[in-house]
Amino acid sequence: MHLNTKPLHELLDLINKREIHPREVIADLYRAIAERENYIRAYISLAPQERLLEEAERLRDKPLRGLPIAVKDNISTREFKTTCASRFLESFQPVFDATVVHRLKAAGATILGKTNLDEFAMGSSGENSAFFPTRNPHDLERVPGGSSGGSAAAVAAHEAICALGSDTGGSIRQPAAFCGIVGLKPTYGLISRYGLVAFASSLDQIGPMTKDVRDCALLLNYIAGRDPHDSTSVERPCADYTQELGQEIKGFRVGLPKEYVADLSGPAKACVESWEKHLRALGAEIVELSLPHTKYAIPAYYLISSSEASANLARFDGVRYTKRASNDSVEAMFSESRDKGFGPEVKRRIMIGTYALSAGYYEAWYGKAQRVRALIREDFASAFKRVDMILSPTSPTPAFKLGERVSDPLAMYLSDIFTVPASLAGLPAISIPGGTVDGLPFGLQLIADQFQEARLLRAAYALEQEIKS
Amino acid sequence: MRTVIGLEVHAQLLTKTKLFCSCSAAYFGAPPNAHTCPVCLGMPGALPVLNERAVEYALKAALALHCEIPARSVFARKNYFYPDLPKGYQISQYEEPLALRGYLELPTGKRVRIRRLHLEEDAGKLLHRPEGYSLVDLNRAGVPLIEIVSEPDLSSPEEARLYMEELRRVLRYLGVCSGDMEEGSLRCDANVSVSPDERLGTKTEIKNMNSFRAIEEALKFEVARQRALVEKGHPIEQATLTWNEALGRTELMRSKEEAEDYRYFPEPDLVPLQIDDAWRERVKRSLPELPAQKRARWMQEYKLPEYDISVLTDERSVAEYFESVVGLYPHPKDVSNWMMSEILRLLKESQTMEIALKPEHFARVLEMVSSGQINRTVAKDVIAESFKTGKAPDEIVRARGLSQISDEQALAEIVAKVLAENPKAVADFQSGKEAAIGFLQGQVMKATGGKADPKKTREMLLQRLRAT
Repeated sequence: MHLNTKPLHELLDLINKREIHPREVIADLYRAIAERENYIRAYISLAPQERLLEEAERLRDKPLRGLPIAVKDNISTREFKTTCASRFLESFQPVFDATVVHRLKAAGATILGKTNLDEFAMGSSGENSAFFPTRNPHDLERVPGGSSGGSAAAVAAHEAICALGSDTGGSIRQPAAFCGIVGLKPTYGLISRYGLVAFASSLDQIGPMTKDVRDCALLLNYIAGRDPHDSTSVERPCADYTQELGQEIKGFRVGLPKEYVADLSGPAKACVESWEKHLRALGAEIVELSLPHTKYAIPAYYLISSSEASANLARFDGVRYTKRASNDSVEAMFSESRDKGFGPEVKRRIMIGTYALSAGYYEAWYGKAQRVRALIREDFASAFKRVDMILSPTSPTPAFKLGERVSDPLAMYLSDIFTVPASLAGLPAISIPGGTVDGLPFGLQLIADQFQEARLLRAAYALEQEIKS
Repeated sequence: MRTVIGLEVHAQLLTKTKLFCSCSAAYFGAPPNAHTCPVCLGMPGALPVLNERAVEYALKAALALHCEIPARSVFARKNYFYPDLPKGYQISQYEEPLALRGYLELPTGKRVRIRRLHLEEDAGKLLHRPEGYSLVDLNRAGVPLIEIVSEPDLSSPEEARLYMEELRRVLRYLGVCSGDMEEGSLRCDANVSVSPDERLGTKTEIKNMNSFRAIEEALKFEVARQRALVEKGHPIEQATLTWNEALGRTELMRSKEEAEDYRYFPEPDLVPLQIDDAWRERVKRSLPELPAQKRARWMQEYKLPEYDISVLTDERSVAEYFESVVGLYPHPKDVSNWMMSEILRLLKESQTMEIALKPEHFARVLEMVSSGQINRTVAKDVIAESFKTGKAPDEIVRARGLSQISDEQALAEIVAKVLAENPKAVADFQSGKEAAIGFLQGQVMKATGGKADPKKTREMLLQRLRAT
């Protein structure tokens, strides 16, 4: 029956109706993992099947029935190493569970394994993992996207029912698009970051990566809301994110930013046109609009995120954690440990960030980037006076080939061009499968105003149903 | 030559828990790394949560220093690498501190302006082993500090010391800092420059001054060093120096070129700190009377000498004790004399901060002295015993039979006996050596176990000696 291919909500229905047992789901998952994992390589760590079977038995009365969830390996878990796909943390065992993990466990989920990522979530292809690259289940020659590439590939290859990712500038949405699944980056502050190993603290958000929109809403229900351990988290405004699913979106005004679609051509352009058609069929209105500061989003994003990263990664200094490369002097301990412990992309960002914060350069780089960020926020604020949602592709292209962009960081950075603005503005955005380009999944992104996840999911759900039919 | 000094003071706040986690802040003497958690260890994924009590303590200090409190202040990361700094940055405040523009009034009446006061976390400690390696103890990491930066308003090392002493007094009055410089709960860096005219000279920064004396000594040394250079026409190099206590000199720590770039930027893990009028007013109302106010009031109310006031107002608990005794026995100078001679000595000997003698017991002893019921010598014993045992003075006097012998009949017998037994002293007196009366009086005291009324004894001795 391949229960591993079904979304979480369907499995829960079947379990609740006593038609299936969670252990059958687990068995199917491990069968798929045994078949595919040696070439997909989505996981850095995997739970032993026996442990999950035991836990499923113990948790069968809880709402999530002991079903396993995959977790990106930059989210802390007690029972697994949390490596961030970095040599620095290759044997690091957290002493606490991230708040999201704690909440999922409390709801009766188990953790299936820890998924691969670009080192410290820095990258758009998954190739920056210090251990191995993950492959796109739709085309093994291609990347799964990044940085949550392992989570996206695991869900797409049915090696997981659903997963958690983290998104700083598109790290949930872009791999979701590349792998043909659904990925939600919630509003900044909706989900606790406690236990998420920080890349860029003012941008990082954890979010669900699932087979469909309903699963996204369902997982959000379990993980969203204020956490006293995270000062930037807020009370959730919505009790049940599945509530609006299935309601019509007639009269919704959906904005199409000209800066996002002007340069699209060929099949990508055709995809966007088909989405417009679907939306009109659903009774929504398409509104052309402008987000004039879009072109500054990528440089502002790389300055801000790298600046924060340069501080967040300073704790990896050779004093603690895995790698101490030298004991010759304090200086040598710092510099050699960091030289050996970090990969090239991480070093590049630390250098960018260190430079941007330096005396004499701070105003010109970090300061200016913050002012651009404010302007981008204003762009969205005025757009949301006119529209309910903003529509765009998630990424300008479908999945590219492994190795294609590793030597060209700028080309790599540009694959985030549609996802970064919403990150800078702290807005919720979702990527859902929007058809194919050159036979590969092509993601549709919807962006909503702050804390409008319920409406965002409702629109995404309507579109998902329309596109499927 | 003009000397210009500004001080940067770090004061540890006496909160129960650390600034951003719930670990105990009482690090002193604790086993290494006993008071740590993922937050203060800087573990990946851990996040800071601000301790409200620390904000309140910092606000108390800021308001006591007459600072303005902006409605919003922002935490910032100060980035540098050091093995005792677990996150590789210190959470501090930079562009938008908690408090700005205040002043501290010295006992001399001079007002030293405060530029800013902000909250930050302390770093851990390194234990350097003789074997050639170092151990890291992170108990202190995350303990709340306030940094208080003065304007360069101090014009001598002595004044710098006065400022530091007064600041410590204020912080101790507020109960927000223990003020222990040896333990490091109060630390001070100094910026100092000299110049032959009104322009500011090039400054040096001095670190590692761990006592009031060290502050004064280090600054005296540095001022003299700079003056000698300026007088010879040599330039002063901007630098950070460290005070070598053992050798009594400042030494180069790093030059201007080696100065660190801390790359401050706003801390994204914390939201801006909002302090509304209500909070500020609530804290303001909770402030105790501060040393400067107390000194001024005592001058008016008790008319005590300046010296007495400075001694008795140094510690808030001592000052309050004085006032409760004066409330019961309204002779301020009398109370002051006894406190400065007896009580402070006993307090020092007891090595506590609490005066164990109840104010009403102390007041009762003073009453007994003034009514002639006991003499001063006995009073000292009674005070000492009551201090130690907590017993009421009347009880002690009764139990030990210490009541003064002022009964003429009884005293006359003893005086007669002493005179008879000391013919030489009697002869000395009568041949003009009046000092001999002191000896005779001492003999009477000895014979009565100190209970003789000294005034009466003397009168009686004189009467008998002159009569013969």
